[in-house]
Amino acid sequence: MLGSRMNWQRWTMMLPAILFFAVFALLPMIVAVYYSGLNWDGVSKATWVGLYNWTHAFVSGQAVHSLLLTLELMALCWILQNPISLVLGVFIAGKQRHRVVYGVIYFVPLLFSAVAIGITWSYILDPEFGLIDSLLQAVGIGNGTENWLGNPSLAMFVVACIIAWQFIPFNSLLYQSGAKQIPASLYEAAMLDGAGPLRSFFHVTLPQLKYTIITTTVLILTGTLTYFDLIYVVTNGGPGDSTEVLAMDMYKEAFTNLNIGAGSVIAVILAAAGLLLSILILKFTGFNRMESQMEGL
Amino acid sequence: MSTPIDNVRYAKVRPRRKVTVHGGLFTAFGTIWLIIAGYPLLYMLMTSFRTQNGYLSGKPWLPPTNPTLSNYTQVLQAGFFHYFLNSAVVSIASVVLIVTFSLLLAYVIVRSKSRTVRTVFNVFLVGLALPIQAAIIPVYILINKLGLYDTLIGMILPMVAFGLPLSLLILVNFVRDIPNELYESVALEGATDYQIVRYLVAPLSLPALVAVGIYEFIQSWNNFLFPLVLTQSRSVQVLPLAIVQFQGQHSIDVPVTMAVVIFSALPLILAYIFAGKYLRQGMLAGFGK
Repeated sequence: MLGSRMNWQRWTMMLPAILFFAVFALLPMIVAVYYSGLNWDGVSKATWVGLYNWTHAFVSGQAVHSLLLTLELMALCWILQNPISLVLGVFIAGKQRHRVVYGVIYFVPLLFSAVAIGITWSYILDPEFGLIDSLLQAVGIGNGTENWLGNPSLAMFVVACIIAWQFIPFNSLLYQSGAKQIPASLYEAAMLDGAGPLRSFFHVTLPQLKYTIITTTVLILTGTLTYFDLIYVVTNGGPGDSTEVLAMDMYKEAFTNLNIGAGSVIAVILAAAGLLLSILILKFTGFNRMESQMEGL
Repeated sequence: MSTPIDNVRYAKVRPRRKVTVHGGLFTAFGTIWLIIAGYPLLYMLMTSFRTQNGYLSGKPWLPPTNPTLSNYTQVLQAGFFHYFLNSAVVSIASVVLIVTFSLLLAYVIVRSKSRTVRTVFNVFLVGLALPIQAAIIPVYILINKLGLYDTLIGMILPMVAFGLPLSLLILVNFVRDIPNELYESVALEGATDYQIVRYLVAPLSLPALVAVGIYEFIQSWNNFLFPLVLTQSRSVQVLPLAIVQFQGQHSIDVPVTMAVVIFSALPLILAYIFAGKYLRQGMLAGFGK
């Protein structure tokens, strides 16, 4: 009789997933800690240097710089994406036909890879032949030669805008499904109490979307922590090091400078940050509780 | 969850609603975003039909005066069909392995009360937000040592590992909702665990399997870091890496590059046209609630 007891068949069912995850995800995380104590180019013989890479990363200020840039990008992404996504999500949750059609079109940027989006936007923002500068020139705003991605004080903001362009549709999809689940009776009650559309937005819609706001926040933060592909294509960390976020810094140290130790220091910082966020997700959402979360999917 | 009573009330109230200033503001906001989202896509499409001269002399915001398909033929001549096949092999293999492995594990997690199994589940959950970037250096060394550097399999293995946690979470939540009586009735007939998964759990979880499959397909189709670090020759290049290399060689020829960009997303665009609803549900898989 098959009850809740384990048997050999069940162990074999668990094996492939555990094996893959342990060998190619979990173990590498642990090995990265060991690598962070090595002076190694990945080919010749490695020497153990203890905490040298760690102290060097912090004394030189490079790790702190990348960490701050990553936090800056997280903040920018949240501010740019969340409010707009919320309003758009509530908008496309409506039943009118044009809202549904809009929602279908909003989704299209999500079909492209980050590198494809990055390449496209670097042409759109090109100071010589780009769409934006040509348009600005045509309508007579400025001289139409702004080098958006070549300006160290603008580059990070522009990168965050491109990320927002791709991911606002995704977040608004989440808000759409959240808003659709708000019972109509709540709005009627608010209406009977004499609340106008704005008041019912702030007193019904917003509180009801509380958990969606937490979800999108978590997704934006974890997504931004690892953001790499688009930055690699659009600025490659530049100009100077003005967009060199943690993931970019790690890649350059390990695979361009062939300094496995220094790259691993950044990798460990990334893993620690990811772990912290994971724990926060579990705390906030209770995903691992044994009750059903997916009714009505 | 609207009850029948809600629906009745809703039907009564609804006709009284008129087009309000509020709704108008919403539509205006939505339309502005429609332009912001749609115009760059249109630019992509228009530019891919331009000639190189047309691009340099024309106005980039207008449709091309002499549209041409030559950019697309140039893309195919550059071997992009081969990269397309590489991408297809990597993505399909990853999706099949991820979905199979996580469904088997999800079944055991739901059906057994063993503490070891609970711990395994918790470890996977913590792995949810562990970034690929944090593991890529040891993965690179490991793949090299296994002699899998510069192979398609070398990309598939870590992709599967990093795809597992999320699809496991979604499938556990879904399999959990299968009523206990169903398990008991097939167990009475003497079915083994594998048979239960094959003939009971898999068919019943089909919606979740489709959603997870779509999500993981898009993830592997667009993955850039693994191919960037784990491959170098053209014969195993996948599309995202091929685009970047192509752009490096043709950086002045923008129309051809735009054609490459569109070509690389073609299967997803076609899938979206024919099964958009499933794609949107797939992207939301696991986050929707």
